[in-house]
Amino acid sequence: MAELTYRDAVAAGIAQEMERDQNVVFLGEDVAHAGGVFKATVGLIERFGPLRVRDCPISEQAIIGAAMGAAMTGLRPIAEIMFSDFFAVCWDMIANEIAKARYMTNGQMAMPLVIRTANGGGSRFGAQHSQSVENWAMMIPGLKVVAPAFPADVKGLLAAAVRDPDPVIFFEQKSLYSLKGEVPDGEYVDELGKAKVLRHGKDCTIVALAAMVHRALEAAEVLEREHGISCTVVDVRSLVPLDTQTILSEVAKTGRLVTVEENPRLCGWGAEIASIVADECFWELDGPIIRITTPHVPLPSADLLEDHTMPSAERIVRELRAKLD
Amino acid sequence: MSTTARKNAATPAPEVGSETRLELYRLQLELRYCEKRAYDLFLQNLIKGTSHLSLGQEAIAAGFGVAMRPDDYTFCTYRGHAHTLARGASMTGVLGELMGRQCGLLGGKGGSMHLTDVAHGVMGSYAIIGAHLPIAAGAAWSAQYRGTQQAAVCFFGDGTTNIGAFHEALNFSVVWKLPVVYVCENNLYMEYTPISSVTAVEHPAADRASAYGLPSIVVDGNDADAVYLEASRALAKARAGGGPTLIEAMTYRHSGHSRADPGKYRPPGELDAWLKRDPVPFYRQRLIEHGVDERTLKSMEDEAMGKVEQATANAKASALPSVDDIEKNLWSDGGVAWRN
Repeated sequence: MAELTYRDAVAAGIAQEMERDQNVVFLGEDVAHAGGVFKATVGLIERFGPLRVRDCPISEQAIIGAAMGAAMTGLRPIAEIMFSDFFAVCWDMIANEIAKARYMTNGQMAMPLVIRTANGGGSRFGAQHSQSVENWAMMIPGLKVVAPAFPADVKGLLAAAVRDPDPVIFFEQKSLYSLKGEVPDGEYVDELGKAKVLRHGKDCTIVALAAMVHRALEAAEVLEREHGISCTVVDVRSLVPLDTQTILSEVAKTGRLVTVEENPRLCGWGAEIASIVADECFWELDGPIIRITTPHVPLPSADLLEDHTMPSAERIVRELRAKLD
Repeated sequence: MSTTARKNAATPAPEVGSETRLELYRLQLELRYCEKRAYDLFLQNLIKGTSHLSLGQEAIAAGFGVAMRPDDYTFCTYRGHAHTLARGASMTGVLGELMGRQCGLLGGKGGSMHLTDVAHGVMGSYAIIGAHLPIAAGAAWSAQYRGTQQAAVCFFGDGTTNIGAFHEALNFSVVWKLPVVYVCENNLYMEYTPISSVTAVEHPAADRASAYGLPSIVVDGNDADAVYLEASRALAKARAGGGPTLIEAMTYRHSGHSRADPGKYRPPGELDAWLKRDPVPFYRQRLIEHGVDERTLKSMEDEAMGKVEQATANAKASALPSVDDIEKNLWSDGGVAWRN
């Protein structure tokens, strides 16, 4: 085990897969010589050369289109979209083309590619560089959607995404890039579609993703220590495929479901999980499902405003104390 | 032709071999007869939805189809029946797909606008304007990276030149020196609107080529020989590492934009003028001038029609898709599961 930052784990995961498979190539804006605007891909061009690690013009449609064309003809590209907000300028490629290619061609077309992107708030970048858009991807049939919370998961899930034969959208939470954690040495591959139970409790089950996992853990600590409320915390890790078995069984054990989402209220992934739990686990519930999200507004920039928009550990504590008894 | 070709204005026929010429005619016949059949099947309500016919534009698909290597990649738009057939895709598979039958190239999941036949290098028909230009660049990048000397050919209409993906793909392909040939089929209309009324330059593709450091190439898209020669040059350049080519082929759509469009916005006489330059009879005349006898031509025509009849019968006899297919082939494991 070595201690790596979340950003170093990105480079480690890509390097591991490029080392293993010559067909893995990597492209994006400022990713090669600059090492990425978040410095998450430093060292790759030195190690793998300019034919496999390529700087692109500010042309998101060309980047994603090129990745698609390469994937359907035998390569396994990793494309970076610098900020997930920029998905909006290449959404045709992602939602209309990549996601539908295999189904529409009745299985003729293979699409083994990964689109990595910096997602989410907490960096004071304002509403066009801070959105949490994993639910955009989740609602399109044909896309797998992954969002790690820890450096080890970054490396292991990124490797799994590259090896996956289907398109994977890989959301890195940009406020976590400097987070440190133990990462297994050597070849490390995780599995898509598996949630992780990070903490066991008896009063409620908090289901969270990416940065919200850390806030849920912090809140659970405070609730236990100061208020005698004991919480299970589940890190969803992968929205598609979704590990409903783990979620349903953990909700059944505590009788309460709380989802903590960074995205705005409407159609957030928590609503889908709430719906599944209501359908399949209703008689195990001891009270209403609680969804904690940002208000249904664009994310403001000023630190005070952003901090009060995104769910904080304090807000999770406050809401659970008010609603759980 | 309403526009003067700036390059290859003189007929390049002498450079095309006699066997190639017969192949170009055979292919144009099949594309013409099959497309006409698609129209008839529409009128019989055996084809539903929409369809965008290539009637009048066959020389472009045929010229490239004959010039391309079997392992080259084709990318087409929703007006892609001819380009798909020109790579050797099954005619039964094409008509079957249009008719929503099990024998269709896509088993009924794609329809007219998405014809694909990966085994024949047809890497998809794309129904969002411009999307397939960057995708073709990606296939070309893959060929370049793998060192296979394959090329990608991407067909699109004049209207595509005004969308962002066109410009992103051109710049990207030139910077990366990709083996890709972009072919703008300028049929004078962007759907229902004259392209000249919505475009800043006379030649929507060729006049923009210089912005990407490419030569301006306009070819007579109704002359299969001219297209074949231009295609051969561009493909050779791509395979030699010379990078992309942008070709504007002047042509004309005999029918409207789609099934719903009778094409009444066209000025009187325009269609008639272009029908006089219909690529199929035009090419027949050229073969006669080159000494091909009437009997040979007639036998080719009968053979092409026979193929269309057989494909039509096959498609009509094919079963409908199974409703079980709805929940198949979203993922590589053949299934559609999004949860455990």
